[in-house]
Amino acid sequence: MSYQPKKILFDPIVDNNPVILQVLGICSALAVTSKLSTTITMCIALTVVTACSNAAISLVRNHTPSSIRIIVQMTIISSLVIVTDQFIKAYAFSISKDLSVFVGLIITNCIVMGRAEAYAMKHPPFPSFLDGLGNGLGYSALLMAIGVFRELFGSGSLFGYPILPLDRDGGWYVPNGLLLLPPSAFFLIGMIIWVVRSWKPAQVEQPEYKIYHAPRPEVAS
Amino acid sequence: MSAPESDSAVSAAPVESASRTLLVTLVLCLVCSVMVAAAAVLLRPIQDTNKKADLIGNVIAVSGLLKEGLTEEQALKRIDARMIELATGNEVTGVDPDTFNIVKAGKDPEISTELTRREDVAQIRREPRYLPVYRIVSANGEFKKLILPVYGYGLWSTMYGFLALEEDLRTVQGLRFYQHAETPGLGGEVDNPKWRAQWTGKVLFDEKWKVQVEITKMAIDSSSPEAQHQVDALAGATITSRGVENLLKFWLSDKGYGPYLSRLRHERS
Repeated sequence: MSYQPKKILFDPIVDNNPVILQVLGICSALAVTSKLSTTITMCIALTVVTACSNAAISLVRNHTPSSIRIIVQMTIISSLVIVTDQFIKAYAFSISKDLSVFVGLIITNCIVMGRAEAYAMKHPPFPSFLDGLGNGLGYSALLMAIGVFRELFGSGSLFGYPILPLDRDGGWYVPNGLLLLPPSAFFLIGMIIWVVRSWKPAQVEQPEYKIYHAPRPEVAS
Repeated sequence: MSAPESDSAVSAAPVESASRTLLVTLVLCLVCSVMVAAAAVLLRPIQDTNKKADLIGNVIAVSGLLKEGLTEEQALKRIDARMIELATGNEVTGVDPDTFNIVKAGKDPEISTELTRREDVAQIRREPRYLPVYRIVSANGEFKKLILPVYGYGLWSTMYGFLALEEDLRTVQGLRFYQHAETPGLGGEVDNPKWRAQWTGKVLFDEKWKVQVEITKMAIDSSSPEAQHQVDALAGATITSRGVENLLKFWLSDKGYGPYLSRLRHERS
């Protein structure tokens, strides 16, 4: 198999986006995107964890008995997540309060485990690292898009700096309260998936089955 | 990448054997636990400083000292934290107010008492026996303001905040919630600066030192004598507003800071 670092790194951003195409990691995408500062912290945390866990799992892949490989992957991922969480609590305390349990829940994010099982178990460490990085970036790209939309139109600001003057502070913009609630991210992700699949029809899934129209029995009159 | 990794790594026992499985598990667990433990231990001091600074930062914010033109360091020197026993209102020693965790204390059966349903106006179930209070003193040590931690249940969450009282122990200097999970845009507006600003100057006790505070949905008639006890409710957040009213009534009552406040009044009269 030919080795193309660029392809491994950039493919997951649009052509093979973990959220848009594989619809993974939706839970945290709903929870952390109401403010950009939390979104970006979550993106960095997930990218770091995916890249490092991919590299680490790939390093030990030839020594891992297949009977315990899932446990091995989980142990590595959860250790990395705890370390990341500790770092965020130490160096970005106010953001860690907003993120609360969601950094810890990176352990259950399907993207991390999915890449470990699908890619890192079969490839050498460096390409695995790139693959993790790329998937992390793909997740980040989508989350940032949603975060910008939700914060700008939900609170009229970006990174906490007011952009649209709010009516309650004497401006003209009436914020859309729905955008501050998690379901709005669900609608936004749905719309983004629709747009991307119209742009790249190759991503449209084939129907799993077709409704079979039984021939009508001839009814004698 | 140059040399492709050899997939047939040769080692003593075959990868799938039981002894090998045990070995891999042991080594992995050891490495991971060392990593996690190291991160937790090495970063602990920084995290603790953050937590302390965060709590004291909230006290400073509600005290209004920054508005008087003080820097945070100067403000810090004006704060005199004490631990008090709620039931008697006496100050206690032996507990460090800086590291006291209100959230944990309210759940720990060792240092909290269960409230009966009638007593539990703020819906907090248990009440800690001790709580920290913060006295704000002037540059030459005179008592100026009193800051009390308060909390109670809103619609979805327990709201934790600080209430700052003026020198007369009757008038509100500020009320600020630093931790809650109310609906963003509705109940979440308890931390909206505009709503918070309404509290400044409100009077929480009547002439006989009975708690008198009301969060109302009616328009407040500023000419009526009641207006000084009334605050406009949050739009679209009836239950959060009621929660704020209830928690104030609870914490200012004899079950809450009542004994301490009356002790302080006698001391100062």
